Amino acid sequence: MNAPDSSGAILDLHDMTVAYDRRPVLWNVDLTLHKPGLVAIVGPNGAGKSTLIKAVMGLVPMTSGLVTAWGRSVDEQRQRIGYVPQRESVDWDFPINVLETVLMGTYGELGWFRRPTARHRQRALKCLEQVGMGDFAYRQIGQLSGGQQQRVFLARALAQEADLYFMDEPMAGVDAATERIIFDLLKTLRDAGRTIVVVHHDLRTVPEYFDEVVLLNVRVVASGPVGRTFTPEKLQATYGGRLSILDTMAEAVRMQQETE
Amino acid sequence: MNAIVLLAEQVPVPFASGLSTIAEWLGQSRLTVENAAGTLLVGGLCAATCALVGCFLLLRRMSLLGDALSHSVLAGVAGVFLLTGRIDPVPMFLGALLAGIVTAVATQFIHRTGSVPEDSSIGIVFTSLFAFGVVVISRAKGVHLDLDCVLFGDVAFAGMNFKPTLNWLLPEAIRTLVPALIITIVFLILCWKELQLTSFDPVHAATLGFSVPLIHYLMTTVVAMVTVSAMNVVGLLVVALLIVPACIARMLTDRLGRMLWIAVLSGMSCTTAGYFWALRLNSSIAGLAAVVAGAELATAILVAPKHGLLDRLRRSLQLKIRIAAEDVLAGLFRRMERAGEAVPESVPGCRTLAGNGVAGHFAVHWLSRRGLLVTANGMAQLSDKGRRYAQGLVRSHRLWESWLDQNFDLPPDHLHAPAEAMEHFIGPVIQRQLEDDLDQPGADPHGREIPEIPE
Amino acid sequence: MFLTQTTLVLWGTVLLGITAGLVGTFAYLRRRALAGDVIAHAALPGLCLAFLITQSRSMGVLLTGALLTGIAGAFLMSLLRRISRLREDAILGTVLSIAYGLGIALTRTIQNHHRNERGADLESFIIGRAATMLAGDVLQIAATSVACSIVIVLMYKELKLLSFDESFCRVQGWPATRLDLLLMLLTAVTVITGLPAVGVVLTAALLVIPAAAARFWTDRLSWMMAIAAGIGGASGAIGTLLSARLDQMPTGPLVVLTASTLFVVSWMFAPKRGWLWNRGAAQEELAAAAKEILPTNTAGDTEVVS
Repeated sequence: MNAPDSSGAILDLHDMTVAYDRRPVLWNVDLTLHKPGLVAIVGPNGAGKSTLIKAVMGLVPMTSGLVTAWGRSVDEQRQRIGYVPQRESVDWDFPINVLETVLMGTYGELGWFRRPTARHRQRALKCLEQVGMGDFAYRQIGQLSGGQQQRVFLARALAQEADLYFMDEPMAGVDAATERIIFDLLKTLRDAGRTIVVVHHDLRTVPEYFDEVVLLNVRVVASGPVGRTFTPEKLQATYGGRLSILDTMAEAVRMQQETE
Repeated sequence: MNAIVLLAEQVPVPFASGLSTIAEWLGQSRLTVENAAGTLLVGGLCAATCALVGCFLLLRRMSLLGDALSHSVLAGVAGVFLLTGRIDPVPMFLGALLAGIVTAVATQFIHRTGSVPEDSSIGIVFTSLFAFGVVVISRAKGVHLDLDCVLFGDVAFAGMNFKPTLNWLLPEAIRTLVPALIITIVFLILCWKELQLTSFDPVHAATLGFSVPLIHYLMTTVVAMVTVSAMNVVGLLVVALLIVPACIARMLTDRLGRMLWIAVLSGMSCTTAGYFWALRLNSSIAGLAAVVAGAELATAILVAPKHGLLDRLRRSLQLKIRIAAEDVLAGLFRRMERAGEAVPESVPGCRTLAGNGVAGHFAVHWLSRRGLLVTANGMAQLSDKGRRYAQGLVRSHRLWESWLDQNFDLPPDHLHAPAEAMEHFIGPVIQRQLEDDLDQPGADPHGREIPEIPE
Repeated sequence: MFLTQTTLVLWGTVLLGITAGLVGTFAYLRRRALAGDVIAHAALPGLCLAFLITQSRSMGVLLTGALLTGIAGAFLMSLLRRISRLREDAILGTVLSIAYGLGIALTRTIQNHHRNERGADLESFIIGRAATMLAGDVLQIAATSVACSIVIVLMYKELKLLSFDESFCRVQGWPATRLDLLLMLLTAVTVITGLPAVGVVLTAALLVIPAAAARFWTDRLSWMMAIAAGIGGASGAIGTLLSARLDQMPTGPLVVLTASTLFVVSWMFAPKRGWLWNRGAAQEELAAAAKEILPTNTAGDTEVVS
């Protein structure tokens, strides 16, 4: 999966290490995506899956490493990269309704000072329909259930019409039927040439939905096509427990920096 | 003036002889020294009481309560004036206290029933109460109530206003300040455990059966009482005395007991220094006390051990220098390995190995001072001690590479960089753990031999 | 044309109320409601320093000094956030009280060295001197009003995005930190402009109260801003008229009390979010509030041991 020349790659993570409070939580991640597809990131709790995505998006600083998309920095490609976060970061009492939230996905392409037009509103409504939230367009977002809020964020990302998506547990709190709808939607996107990287919580549905998988437990255990990578031994290595040496090392690094 | 002199004959000032001695020594009149002592005493008491209470406000993230209370007490005073038409101290005090409690309850009420964010709630309540107070007080112009005095207090006056109290001639403010201090200390002692727990972990405290709301209620009452007492002296600047010494203490320590002591001492030093500066600059004592507090806080932020800015910079630099020096050692060692014998390197060349930054500049010096590098005629060479140190480093490096190769999904050419970064933090203990964990501990992924533990 | 003093003051307070409502909406949503209070207190040393340095009593000069130290106070707050381990409430209180202390010290120095009638009059700083507003002051307020409104209208979607979801704002590539600075600048300008009219504490009140009141009436940001501006303006108007009717009552506090009354009315009677609409739940809340007046976010990383 790691070709020596990755300049044509959709996404390339090179030796990415991320630390919170000087303690490494992601070690030396190397990852390259060459073709459009549905990619799952799986791993136990605390494995650093959300951190990985946040570091790629620039929300969390990298201690070392390099991220490029289509050969350029993420900052230069923001328009082409969409992001669906996990739920927590928003004020649910904010005076905004569902449609306005989804419209925010179009702000990037509008640029400074310009307002969304009727065309953008149509697009936003269409995205809402696609995630099954068309009837909720004018509700204040605090009035929705958790799964509904998650779908609104998904619609917001879709409204951006990006080429590469990162989604952090988009299926959390969503029922099976809706999950099916969303996956069909993602498959359509994939068939249209997009790449979608998803932090997925349900191991059982990985082989069914995804083309490639990344097994993560503070470091990449294995990555590649699902058939080849999603094997019992590799899963055992991923879920079989933390590498205690990494914890020891993390502690050693932290202590050195505090008491030098 | 005559009345005071007469009084002084009947009721003595405490430590009268001591004060006289000081007066002679300084060449000032005894009255001046007495006033100064009075002011310092009153200021010190305010500071101490506020510091104690302020520490808990800080820990419970309620620092703004002091600010809010200092504004809403005006409403309490005004309310009592409206009701009774007079300015007797005890009803005023109670009215102010009540206003304080109303502030706290109203804030939470608005916050919960109206879903108004907490900061807005507190802002709405205290500004409204303050406005109400101002309206009433300004109508009362002509009576004793003077906005200036109510708002700013007057430390100097408080210090000079001696009245007979318990057979001594003492500043009148003592009558409220000392009981306030005593009540505060008693409250702290009685509720020490509860306060500690509820400040640190209210959920845990509740599960242990402590009545968290009760403590909170009591605390709010004590804060209101302290605020009202201190406002007579320092006015709106009671906020400074409540918050800043506690912040200073927080920067300097993590232990509750020490934090209280430091806060009290800091607060008292601020009022004392403020007094002397105010004399010198002919300005407001309370204002300058706040400025001194600011200076002390800035100093604390800079020089605090462990958390202070300067200390963090120092540690960061030391670490960088050590890492740069170790890079030199490892680089020289590898050359020696390849060449089969020790190869001396020029000093500038060593600096290049170290990375050429600020840290690199000091690296060579760091190494020579520790006897790890021998320099002569601008050339440097590993000493025996240095060779052993370097061997340990390279051992760490290669062990880490092997371990990464075994456990991570990384191509061979991506192993060197992480090992470069980590080798500086791997000591003998972790080396042993790595060795135990490795399937084949003999050689690294590139086929190079892993050096033995240096003897 | 002959403008009565009351009309002049009316224009001033209404415009001020409108601006404070607009800017205050964002302060409310970003949880920076009390930043205005801090900036207002930090303005005092600026007023004094401007006077000491230039020896001029021109309002423009003094207010420029006030603006500079007010902004410095805001910068100091964000600096402390980054380099110290103090929390938001402590930082607010620290900057406020120290800046204010400095201001008081400077004021006393001025009072003691320059025994003139105008100059540094502390009381008017606290409660304002709306009744003696000049045409020039009103023009200043009008200019600020127009400037702030233009900025807010132009940058509406950017500020809305920043306030609602700051990480998404960054992810989309917007310069979130600079936008935040812009909001702070708007707040500072509004506060400083309001100082001569309604004084320190009460300017802060106008930033907080109309926005909070407006929230009860609508779930759309654009409407909230409009209603906040309306409530602010109405408070200004009613407060001024009351003050003109009743002798000896300072305008500033009356404006604030009007705003508070409108807040209580909104809180009680607004459809959907008002108390009367939700009465059952509200009674439990009152009991809960009386029993449990705990601050709501107490997640600790304090780690103070004994």
